[in-house]
Amino acid sequence: MPNSKSAYSFSNKKEKFDTHIIVVWVDNEAGVLARVVGLFSGRGYNIESLAVAQVDEKLKISRITIVTTGTPQVVNQIKLQLRKLVPVHKVADFKREDKAVIFKEMALFKIVGPNNKLEGALKACKKYNPVLLDKTKKSNVIQITALRREIDKMSKDLKKFGLVSVSRTGAVAMTRGADIFK
Amino acid sequence: MSKLYSGAEIVFKCMEDQNVDHIFGYPGGAVLPIYDELQNFKSIKHVLVRHEQGAGHAAEGYARSSGKPGVILVTSGPGATNVVTALTDAYMDSIPLVCISGQVPTHLIGTDAFQECDTTGITRPCTKHNWLVKDINDLASTIHKAFEVATTGRPGPVLVDIPKDIQFQKTKYKKPKKEKKLNGKSHNHFNQNSIDQLIDLMSKSSKPIFYTGGGVINSGPRASELLRELVYATGFPITSTLQGLGSFPGDDNQFLGMLGMHGTYEANNAMHDCDLMINIGARFDDRITGKIDEFSPKSKKVHIDIDPSSINKNVKVDLAIVGDVKTVLSSTLKSLKQKKSKFLKSNKQKTSKWWEKIQKWRSVRSLDYIGSEETIKPQYAIERLYELTKDKDSYITTEVGQHQMWAAQHYKFDKPNRWMTSGGLGTMGYGLPAAVGVQVAHPKKLVIDIAGEASVLMTIQEMSTAVQYNLPIKIFILNNQYMGMVRQWQELLHDKNYSESYTAALPDFVKLAEAYNCVGIRAKTPEELDDKIIEMLNTDRPVIFDCMVDKVENCFPMIPSGKPHNQMILGPKDQENKKITGKGKSLV
Repeated sequence: MPNSKSAYSFSNKKEKFDTHIIVVWVDNEAGVLARVVGLFSGRGYNIESLAVAQVDEKLKISRITIVTTGTPQVVNQIKLQLRKLVPVHKVADFKREDKAVIFKEMALFKIVGPNNKLEGALKACKKYNPVLLDKTKKSNVIQITALRREIDKMSKDLKKFGLVSVSRTGAVAMTRGADIFK
Repeated sequence: MSKLYSGAEIVFKCMEDQNVDHIFGYPGGAVLPIYDELQNFKSIKHVLVRHEQGAGHAAEGYARSSGKPGVILVTSGPGATNVVTALTDAYMDSIPLVCISGQVPTHLIGTDAFQECDTTGITRPCTKHNWLVKDINDLASTIHKAFEVATTGRPGPVLVDIPKDIQFQKTKYKKPKKEKKLNGKSHNHFNQNSIDQLIDLMSKSSKPIFYTGGGVINSGPRASELLRELVYATGFPITSTLQGLGSFPGDDNQFLGMLGMHGTYEANNAMHDCDLMINIGARFDDRITGKIDEFSPKSKKVHIDIDPSSINKNVKVDLAIVGDVKTVLSSTLKSLKQKKSKFLKSNKQKTSKWWEKIQKWRSVRSLDYIGSEETIKPQYAIERLYELTKDKDSYITTEVGQHQMWAAQHYKFDKPNRWMTSGGLGTMGYGLPAAVGVQVAHPKKLVIDIAGEASVLMTIQEMSTAVQYNLPIKIFILNNQYMGMVRQWQELLHDKNYSESYTAALPDFVKLAEAYNCVGIRAKTPEELDDKIIEMLNTDRPVIFDCMVDKVENCFPMIPSGKPHNQMILGPKDQENKKITGKGKSLV
């Protein structure tokens, strides 16, 4: 992405892209997700993954977690533009390498094959809290929770065990320790 | 038990409580219940336009000249889609608008009903916020909130979509709540420390400049007064963007004229060479900065803006002050008086060399043009118009193109809210309906739309509106038979291939005026120009003035594409020496 959004001048500078996890607390009202997502597409920002659900039934607050990449300037713009939306209450921004924050994604893998392969697949997932959600003679559905790149890796590694289908969520994030983001 | 009101009545009850006196609109199936109630609310006058885009621009003209929000009422489907251009225009130029649109009844939404469209979906990216009201009990609070969102912070357009069944349903009316903060979105985020830093920077600077924009106008007339006080107290030079014209007197010696692509030589060079740039309510738009990596390379930059997302968007600044211009200026002046009461005296010596340099740039006289005795030069026409109207407190609107830039260069404004032009979106066809809105807000004042013949044809139907309401607007057309700015760019960048920029079958504007039952006047020579302008000014009816100007005049000075501020083309001769090549050609 060029440094300037201006069509009047081209930028020659190449800035470093960082991955950020943006968490947005919004009123859970009609069209709110379209507003947030539309802001990203309209201004040319990236969305790598998206997770959204209501987290407070009484106040009707939803929590949207967006993984995005951009230069520091673009990420700053994303935050400031999000804060301008009327239904947005607060915006948090974490760098992926931030040690004080937990990031997790969940994935479901369907494995089809003989018994030894099914067991092999389950064993390969050992590090990522595998849960066997469904089992038949010929197939398994395994749930894991892990980081994005770990799930990427497992999606590749499980192929040899007969992986036929992958379903995965976007990342969700939470700070470590007793503090919450204000 | 309190009285029950229909949704349609509630729309007007809300408008009454929001002190709305004029609305601009066009009826249709999905707003008929609202139109049915109109007659029962005598304090609200409806202006019937001829196209919903006209309603939008008229509301913009009304808002910009009065400082109040403009209100639009349109029907569903095409009514709503027609107003989208005006909403986008208002969004780009930060103009407060409240658009009420009708929608098909709630049970038909999503069925591709007659005149149904996803209005909130379509207008989501071109409004500050919008609402589809599906419950009559939310209607009053939603409309009140709409006015609040439109007018607070950085102003902008909002839209409330009301299905027809909601307009019939009844409920109690809720008055607006006392002002409360929007999700804690207050607008002043600066502290005294920032003000002190600003004053420190100002006192250290030997080559300072104020760069002011539409934010000063939007902050209200008081902001313009404070700006003048600050500029006089510091003795610094000041330049303004297109939207900021009028916040500082255009004929004052400290004013360097407009900056940017068609700004003056002195303003742009001063921006390039300054050591301190104080941006007040402007947004480092690409028409202003030119080539961004070479933009004012040696300066410390201060940015005062109400919108935090404007800061560091295009240009990184050294000191950001987020707040309302009026509040920031008033704090700055207060501190300046306390700490540096003799600022002007102590500073005069320091900036004297800077002023000498500015005088040198000024002596280039970059707005000069080659006059003619046979044909009317467009710049001359504006100069004469200015000379003959400058004592009348006139309101000027424009269309978009060369005439707009000439108007900005040669018409001098000394008050805010007198200059209405489409800057951000650059909407041809803006000026005529905007003039309608301005005249509605100021029935006794002189309102002139400085127009081009191509632009004005985009919304010419609004002459009919002007005639219906006896709005004596003056449409001053600089008629060169070309889309002049397109032609100029084709000359500079596309080897004079004038592809589709000539209008071969223009109407006879004098006859057109007569057909609309207003007055047509034509001027062909410089000799008769003054008399004709006086004739126009003496006519108490709408006038279309067909000013036949030089067909191939170009707008100078100009920062060519992809060039920084200090490489301007000054005039036709200069043009040959500074050919635009390479990458510059592909820029807009």
